[in-house]
Amino acid sequence: MSTDLLIAVVITVIGASTPILIAALGELVVEKAGVLNLGVEGMMLIGAVTGFIVMFTTGNPWLAVFAAAVAGLLSSMIFAFLTLSLSANQVATGLALTIFGTGFSALAGQEYSARPVGIFRSVFPAELAGHPVWRLVFGHSPLVYFSLIMVFVVWWFLKRTRPGLILRAVGENDLSAHSIGYSVISIRYAAVAFGGAMAGIAGAAFPLLLTPQWAERMTAGRGWIAVALVVFASWRPFRLLAGAYLFGLVMTVELYSKAGGGPLSAVPAELWAAMPYIATVVVLVLISLRRAGSTSAPACLGKPFLATN
Amino acid sequence: MMKFNRRNVLVLGGAAAALPLVGGRALAQDGPLKVGFMYIGTINDNGWNYAHNQGRIYLEEQLGDAVETTYVENVPEGPDSERVLRELAQSGHKLIFATSFGYGDYVLKVAQQFPDVKFEHATGYQRSDNVATYNARFYEGRAVCGTIAGHMSKTGKGGYIGSFPIPEVVMGINAFALAARKVNPDFTMTPVYISTWNDPAREADAARAMVDQGIDIIAQHTDGPAALQVAEERGIVGGFGQGADMSAFAPNAQLTSIIDNWGPHYVEAAQAVIDGTWTSGDRWPGLKEGEVQIGAYNEKIPEDVVAAAEAVKNGQIDGSLHIFTGPINDHTGAERVAAGETMTDEQLLTMDWYVEGVIPPA
Repeated sequence: MSTDLLIAVVITVIGASTPILIAALGELVVEKAGVLNLGVEGMMLIGAVTGFIVMFTTGNPWLAVFAAAVAGLLSSMIFAFLTLSLSANQVATGLALTIFGTGFSALAGQEYSARPVGIFRSVFPAELAGHPVWRLVFGHSPLVYFSLIMVFVVWWFLKRTRPGLILRAVGENDLSAHSIGYSVISIRYAAVAFGGAMAGIAGAAFPLLLTPQWAERMTAGRGWIAVALVVFASWRPFRLLAGAYLFGLVMTVELYSKAGGGPLSAVPAELWAAMPYIATVVVLVLISLRRAGSTSAPACLGKPFLATN
Repeated sequence: MMKFNRRNVLVLGGAAAALPLVGGRALAQDGPLKVGFMYIGTINDNGWNYAHNQGRIYLEEQLGDAVETTYVENVPEGPDSERVLRELAQSGHKLIFATSFGYGDYVLKVAQQFPDVKFEHATGYQRSDNVATYNARFYEGRAVCGTIAGHMSKTGKGGYIGSFPIPEVVMGINAFALAARKVNPDFTMTPVYISTWNDPAREADAARAMVDQGIDIIAQHTDGPAALQVAEERGIVGGFGQGADMSAFAPNAQLTSIIDNWGPHYVEAAQAVIDGTWTSGDRWPGLKEGEVQIGAYNEKIPEDVVAAAEAVKNGQIDGSLHIFTGPINDHTGAERVAAGETMTDEQLLTMDWYVEGVIPPA
């Protein structure tokens, strides 16, 4: 394999991994606060269609990403209101949000399907990315750098800051956090909002980074991979980074080996397609074995919080 | 027109409508003929489903008040399709078009229960008294594209993004490769199957994998313009619009397009049901009947290449050329069709082997 090809593969892997990573980082924070939002796929689609429409009408990718984040955030507030304020079942509400997002994005995007937009390109001057190796450093869309920075930011926030500690406390033991005076509900609202914004940005990566068009259901299940990835990474940001790139690698290498021949093309397509899920199951088994029956899931994950006063 | 699709129902009805629903029962009566359409994807895909929906609109325009049409979008090729078919049949639709290969078994099953409803299954091969099949000879269009590819490709390597290795797709790959190799005997074709009809990001990644490995002509059998957009961005020789003209997405890269024109068939079938002359059978028209059309040629194609492409097109229209005429070897080099022999439609519709020059997938 030549260097050029290797770099090309890496660049495609990065592209395929970025939206999954962004969405999963958001979901990680949400779950750390003890909330399970299964609406990631729907929020991503709402972000994707919003990002596309803003990009199409204004031509400004920064504005498009911002609008997608706001749209994702607003849609997550529906979920937050139902599950946090009204204590509705989180699993059912999350699924409903995905279904709503699928239908809403299809409706909003109806007039936009036959229209191309520009790609959100690297902000560095093209000369910097001339050589293939430098292309690896400077050749990416700002969304790629954003995703990598956010891995660090989320890690730092959860591990090293006081608000991060409080957020984790809310996810591990909501009653204790409540009893020492923290507002469990507001903290969870904030976490869900962050998750929604990240899912919106992840969705916008589809029309802005991967394939500059709007197509119904264009996220094609990546939101679910993001949810699975959080478990796969046992709620740790850097493991999440590794997991997202592993998923991206598997998805991409499959295509490269099919298109170019080579030993990997002997692996049946169905096995490739099943690989990420097999990996998830294996990791879950490993985690469970290590902790003697317990997982590293936040203790209050998915449980409604009802303050007695 | 009655419009029940997932989108509207979802927005109005919320979660309960996750499955395709067709509401409103009507009794069979002497009103307009109710015609149902079941699509695998969205009508806004600019490709396969878009083309079928254009056919439906054409049907309404042509027959006016004599017909009333309904369509259901995004119906997966599984048990869901059986329910949609049954609901269409129960709500008074007397003619139902199921427009994807994987609906076949369900069409047959539901058709047994509704003997007075006529079903037509696109790209299928299973028929009964009230189930007809219809298709278009897309391979004729593929042969025209392959001719252009043989002339234009610099690397001599073409790629083909397919969904599933069904005969319809295999046939298209083979026709493309046969035509390209008549021009350039060293031309190779690499199929990449992505196991879905609609995942634009994955189509784009498949196209990237091809471009990065020296493929400079990409044809696709999936439903959208994603691969063409990658071709445009990377500046390779080009690709082809599938189902509809896609030049808006790739003005430089789209060499030409294969346009599906289902309208005339839908009018004919509906008229036959109204007249009581409908019979089961298989209908498979192509370029000659105008059901398959070749779009405009890109300006960058030299005149002699356009002439060669036109010759292939016209040869297929007047019957002097059939791309599946021997000698044809399979990918191992063994002869499959003897010189001078032409494959029968039956053989084409069950094609499960690749011609020489196609690098077979695992």
